[in-house]
Amino acid sequence: MNTIKLKQIFADGTWRQNTGLVVLLGLCPLLAVTNTVINGLALGLATMLTLMVSNLSVSILRGLLKPEIRIPAFVLIIASVVTVVELLMHAFLYDLFRVLGIFIPLIVTNCAIIGRAEAFASRNAPLPSLMDGFATGLGFCLTLVLLGALRELSGRGTLMSGADMLLGEWGSHLAVTIIPEYSGFLLAMLPAGAFFGLALLIAARNAWETRTSETQAQTGITMVAKTHET
Amino acid sequence: MNALAHPVIRSGFLLALIALFGTGLLAAVNEFTRERIIEQEKQRTLNQLQQIIPTGKFNNDLLTDTIEVNDTEFFHHRDAVTIYRARMDDRPVAALMTVTAPDGYNGDIRLLAGIGIDGTVLGVRIISHRETPGLGDPIELERSDWILGFTGKSLRNPDSRYWTVKKDGGQFDQFTGATISPRAVVRAVHNALLYFETNKRSLFDQPAEHGNTE
Repeated sequence: MNTIKLKQIFADGTWRQNTGLVVLLGLCPLLAVTNTVINGLALGLATMLTLMVSNLSVSILRGLLKPEIRIPAFVLIIASVVTVVELLMHAFLYDLFRVLGIFIPLIVTNCAIIGRAEAFASRNAPLPSLMDGFATGLGFCLTLVLLGALRELSGRGTLMSGADMLLGEWGSHLAVTIIPEYSGFLLAMLPAGAFFGLALLIAARNAWETRTSETQAQTGITMVAKTHET
Repeated sequence: MNALAHPVIRSGFLLALIALFGTGLLAAVNEFTRERIIEQEKQRTLNQLQQIIPTGKFNNDLLTDTIEVNDTEFFHHRDAVTIYRARMDDRPVAALMTVTAPDGYNGDIRLLAGIGIDGTVLGVRIISHRETPGLGDPIELERSDWILGFTGKSLRNPDSRYWTVKKDGGQFDQFTGATISPRAVVRAVHNALLYFETNKRSLFDQPAEHGNTE
């Protein structure tokens, strides 16, 4: 019973209610930092960590929080967590900190985080809340990585460039040039390219959803536990 | 009536408690990371300086042997220029200046220009900029070799009137679709050279201001 519920939470966070592709929250960092895979991955991981810690704290405190002070309490918790993440990145992942710059403190303003605190963590026990934070963060992170890959590949012809900033020396071996002598596609690197890329990803996800639900209807398979909302 | 039991007071207390806890947490993490952050910032500055002047060429503490100059006549910018002075056994070797070009396409371009005691450019590196990706950003070494073209240049090589981009009749390349960024950088380096030429003597005699690196 419990594992089924956790599985559902996981599927909701990563796919059915994916922050970037379905709920469309937190688009500012999503669009701003996804010019490379590594930038996307790093901000995604930072956001995921924030979501997990804030969801867990909110869930633990949920019995004490009166409705009238819950929002300021959430803000305090989230702001503290993000600042801790920022300080740690400044100290231990300095190069990446410089690349992501203002977007680390701006994780605070990612509506997805306060959204999860309000909609999920303030009503559920610590374990499911932690799972929800993890799943939502993972879904967001994957979207960032995917969009980053799309833009980096089409814009610069490389993948994983700058991996050493996140992973240390050996990460530099991960950087691959997919298209050698590529002159670059400027639009993909500019903010406008981020919108196009995101639109393509959303369209692809919707197409996938439509197709799977049609196949299900045709073959007459009734999915009892996995009814899609859309 | 117990005033403390009033819901508003209780909620206020709870909020204050959360704020206190958050502040405590931040103070602890700050204490834990502070040394390392300062160390990282220092290391980065030192790395940049060493790209321009290799370790064997000087033996003083570059990060503390600095002066701050504010000379809008030369630098056309109100930000103070930090000058790192490199010496070998107390003999001046080079000056490394953090110059700001005010006329980039998207505002300031901060760069580090190293000038040897004989007045030749040892090297230039971009510290920060907001130029358009793909158009103006080949000024960065990560994007192109353009910035290396300054090495070995001086006020006589080329002559002052050729210290601009080719489009303006100068000697330095511009990029396809971007003239403004390289033009701004060329000008800023030229200004640094002019300043150095004029103040060469006094520059190395001034007492060091304490090494605040950023």
